Amino acid sequence: MPAKPTQEIDRVAIRFCGDSGDGMQLTGTKFTESTALAGNDLSTLPDFPAEIRAPAGTLAGVSGFQIHFSSHDIRTPADQPDVLIAFNPAALRANIADVRPGGLVIVNNDAFNKGNLQRAGYADDPLPALRDRFRVVEIPATSLTREAIKELGIGSREGDRSKNFFALGLVYWLYNRPMETTIEWLESRFKGKVLEANVRVLKAGYAFGETTELFPTSYIVPKAKIQPGLYRNITGNTALAWGIVAASQQMQRPVFLGAYPITPASDVLHEVARYRHFGVKTFQAEDEIAAISAAIGAAFAGDLAICTTSGPGMVLKQEALGLAVMTELPLVVVDIQRAGPSTGMPTKIEQGDLLLALHGRNGESPLPVIAASTPGDCFYAVLEAFRIAVTYMTPVVLLSDSYLANSAEPWLVPDVESLRRSPVTLRTDPTGFRPYDRNPDTLARAWAVPGTPGLEHRIGGLSKEDGTGNVSYDPRNHEKMILLRAEKIARIAQEIPAVEVFGPDRGDLLVVGWGGTHGAITSAVEQARAEGLSVSSIHLRHLNPFPANLAEVLSRFERILVPELNMGQLTQLLRAEFLLPAQRLSKQQGQPFKVTEIRKAIDSMLGGEKI
Amino acid sequence: MAHAAGKLTSQDFQSDQDVRWCPGCGDYSILANVQRVMPELGVPRENFVFVSGIGCSSRFPYYMNTYGMHTIHGRAPAFATGIKASRPELSVWVVTGDGDGLSIGGNHLLHTIRRNIDVKILLFNNRVYGLTKGQYSPTSRVGMKTKSTPDGSIDHPIDPLSFALGAGATFVARAVDVHAPHLQEMLRRAHAHKGTAFIEILQNCPVYNDNEFLEIEDRKQRVEAALPLEDGQPLVWGADDQRKGIRIENGIPSVVHLGNEDDPVSKGVAVHHERHETPAYAFALASLQRPAFPVPIGVFRAVEQPTYDAMLTAQVEAAVEKRGKGDLTKLLRSGDTWTVES
Repeated sequence: MPAKPTQEIDRVAIRFCGDSGDGMQLTGTKFTESTALAGNDLSTLPDFPAEIRAPAGTLAGVSGFQIHFSSHDIRTPADQPDVLIAFNPAALRANIADVRPGGLVIVNNDAFNKGNLQRAGYADDPLPALRDRFRVVEIPATSLTREAIKELGIGSREGDRSKNFFALGLVYWLYNRPMETTIEWLESRFKGKVLEANVRVLKAGYAFGETTELFPTSYIVPKAKIQPGLYRNITGNTALAWGIVAASQQMQRPVFLGAYPITPASDVLHEVARYRHFGVKTFQAEDEIAAISAAIGAAFAGDLAICTTSGPGMVLKQEALGLAVMTELPLVVVDIQRAGPSTGMPTKIEQGDLLLALHGRNGESPLPVIAASTPGDCFYAVLEAFRIAVTYMTPVVLLSDSYLANSAEPWLVPDVESLRRSPVTLRTDPTGFRPYDRNPDTLARAWAVPGTPGLEHRIGGLSKEDGTGNVSYDPRNHEKMILLRAEKIARIAQEIPAVEVFGPDRGDLLVVGWGGTHGAITSAVEQARAEGLSVSSIHLRHLNPFPANLAEVLSRFERILVPELNMGQLTQLLRAEFLLPAQRLSKQQGQPFKVTEIRKAIDSMLGGEKI
Repeated sequence: MAHAAGKLTSQDFQSDQDVRWCPGCGDYSILANVQRVMPELGVPRENFVFVSGIGCSSRFPYYMNTYGMHTIHGRAPAFATGIKASRPELSVWVVTGDGDGLSIGGNHLLHTIRRNIDVKILLFNNRVYGLTKGQYSPTSRVGMKTKSTPDGSIDHPIDPLSFALGAGATFVARAVDVHAPHLQEMLRRAHAHKGTAFIEILQNCPVYNDNEFLEIEDRKQRVEAALPLEDGQPLVWGADDQRKGIRIENGIPSVVHLGNEDDPVSKGVAVHHERHETPAYAFALASLQRPAFPVPIGVFRAVEQPTYDAMLTAQVEAAVEKRGKGDLTKLLRSGDTWTVES
C-alpha cells in the first residue's frame, strides 16, 4: 500500500478526554514522552476530577490531558486544543467548547449509546450538529479494540481497558511519533496476555490510521531548536522532589520531610520516599500540624527540614510556622496551591495563598516567600528556599501550584557540578556562646544542635531576650526583637538577584506576574510586542522581600498590569508597598490563564492602539 | 563546658533561670527528682533534649540545663518525634500535662505512642487547667465545679493510662509527685526502656485543685489508697492486719480480703506481671479507681517492640546497602532522556 502523504505543521495542541477510569492521564503521559523524544518543545496540562472514580459516564468523572507541542519555543499548554479525542459523550460535552473552531474532533462512537448520552445530559446525538463547526471523525474504538485481541481470550471488561492504547496508536500515526518507548514501557509494566493485548491494541490503532480513509494525511511537527544538552520531561512535583534530594547533597546535611497526604502535594512525598539511599528521611505524620512540628524538631536537631502541603494544610501549619519564626530555625514549607477557600477544588489551580503565606500568623512574623515559575524551576526554587532558610535561620515558604505540580515540560538536566554548593556550618565552639547572638551581616543566629557539648540551650515560643534567648517580658526588648527579626528578613533583599525585565526596560505597560502564570504572561507579552505594543514583563521569584530594584523598575513604566489567579493579592502588595495604581487581572476558575485573556487585558490597558 | 558522663551532679542539670511555679506546686518535686536521676543515666548532658508544649508543666525545659524546646500547645510529642527520628542517639523527654497531652494534643500522644518511637513522656496530671486559671480538664472528675463549669463538669474523664494502653503503649507507669525514690525509679525504668515510655505523674495543683491526690500522696493514707506494683508479686495492699488483694476474673477486678496467715495467690489474688503480651491485664489495672479500689502505682506494662526510630534508620541503611549511596547525577539522568545536539 502506498504511504499516505504527510503535511508539515509547526505546532498542535491535543486534548485526550474520557472517563476518569479510561486511562487518559496515562495516555497523555505516554504521548508526552514520545513527543519529547521526537525533539519538540512541549507543555502539558492534566485536568482531572478529585474523585478517584466518579460515576462512569457522568460529567463529574471526566478526566483530560492536554499537550501542546511545537517546532519552536512554547510556554503554555495552549488556550484551545486543535484536536479533541473524546472517549464518551460526557467528555465531549465537558470539553467541546474549548476546541478551536474547525478543529479535529475524534470520538469513540461505540460509547455514544443512549445511556451514555443521557448520563452526559444530551437529549439527542450531538455529533451531527458539531459537523458544521468541526471536523468530526467517528471511530468505533471499543469494537476495534475487541477485534484486535479476540484471539487472546481476554474478557471484554478487561480487554476494553486497552482502548486508550488504540487512540494512542492512532495519534502516534497521525503525528508520526515512534511507538518504541511506549512498547518498552508496556514490557516493563505488564506480562503475558495483558502485555500482548496492550501492544496489539496500540499497533492496531496505528495501523488503523494508515489504512482508514478517514485520515487522508498525517502530520509532521519538526524538531524544535532548543538549547543543546541532555533533556528529560519533568513535572513540577518531580522537580521539587529531586530538588529536595539535591539540597541534601549540595548542603551536606540530611533531609527530613514531614508531610500529611494532601492533593496535589502527596506525589512529592511519594517521590522523596524512594530516595532513602540519599540519607533522606520521610515522615508521614498523623496530621498537618504534626508534619510541621516534627520537621521543626528535626531542624532543631540539625536536619534540612521541609514540609510539603496545600492550602488547607498550610492553614493548619501557621501556629507552628510562627514558632519557627520565633525560634529562628531553618525550615522550608512548600504550599502547592489549589483552588480554595476551604476544600475548594482540590485538583484545580489557584494562586490564592500568597497573603496567607505572608500574613497567616498571629503577631508580626515576617518570613521569606518565594515562588516557582515553571515545572523545571521547582528544582531550583527549593534549592534557593533551603539556602535562604539556612543562611538566615528562618522558615521560608515556597509557593507552587497544582498546574506546576502536574504539568510536564522538557527540562535541561543540570550538571551537578554547576549547582551551587553551600555546605552548612553548625556552631561547635562553646566560647561565649549565646543562642540569640547574631551574625552582623545576615542577623542570623547560630545553628547549635543537640549533641554539641557546651551549647546546651532552650528555645521556645515565649518572647526572647536579645542575645541570651531567655524568656523576657521586657516591653522594649519585645519590640527590639520584632524589629530585629523583620530587619533580618528585609536584608535578604541585598543578595537576591535583581529583577530582570523581559523586553525593553521602559515603556507604556509592565505586566507583573509570579508563580505558574509565567508561560501565559510571557507568551501574551511576546505576541503584543510583535504587534508593536510597548509592553514588557517581569516575573517575581521573590515575593518577600521584593528584589531591591523592583521600585525602580516599576517606575520606568506608565502603567502596571498584574495577572493573578486570585482576587489581586500581589496587586494589593504592590499598591501598598509602592503606592502605584497597579491594575489587577483576576481569574478564579480553577484553570490557568489563557494567553488570549492576558492579551485582551494588555490591549484594553493600552487602549487597543498600536504604537 | 563538656562534662564526662558519670561525673555529673544534679546541679549540672539546673539552668540559670528562676523556677516560677506557684509555691507548693507538685512540679517542684518532679523537677528535683528528674535533675537527680539524669546524672545517673550515663548519657552525656549534651545528648538530652527536653521538649514541652504549653501549660504549667511545659515550663519544665527552661529549668533544665540541657537542650530544650518549649513548643506549641499539645504538639510536643510531634516535635520530639522529629528530633528522635533525625538523631536516634539523643535522649528525648517530653513533658506535658493533662490538658496539653490529652485535650488539644490527644492526637499526637496517640500516634507517638503507637509508633513506639523511643521518647520518654512524662504527663503531669493535676486534673485541672492551671496556666489559664482553673478550668476543668479532660481528666477532671464529673461534677467538678470550676469557672467554666459553675454547675459542675458533665464531661466523662479520660484515664491517661487506659489511653496510652489503647494506643498500644509498650511502657506504661504511674508515679506520684512527692514519692521521690519511687518516682526516681520510674524515671530510670523509662530511660532503660527501648520505645515510648509513658509515665503519668499524679501532681498536686495547690491553687486550683488542691489535695486532689491527697490520699495517695499522704504517707499514712496511701497504705489504704495506693496499690504498689511489683513485678512477680501478688496485687496486695493495706495495713499488715488488714491486707487485701485484687482478683481479676474475665478482665473484671474485685477485692479479696486476706487474713494474716492467708497466702494471697491461693486466695485467687492476681500476680503482677509487666510483660503480658496483650494489654488486657494492664487495662484491668488501669480501671481501678477510688474509692472502690486502690490506685495502682508503678509499672503497669513493659514489653519490647521495635522502635520507629530504629526501623527508620534501618531502612535508610538497608537502602544504602542495596542501592549504594545516592548519586545525584545518576538520579537526574535516570529514565527517559534525550540529547539535543548543538
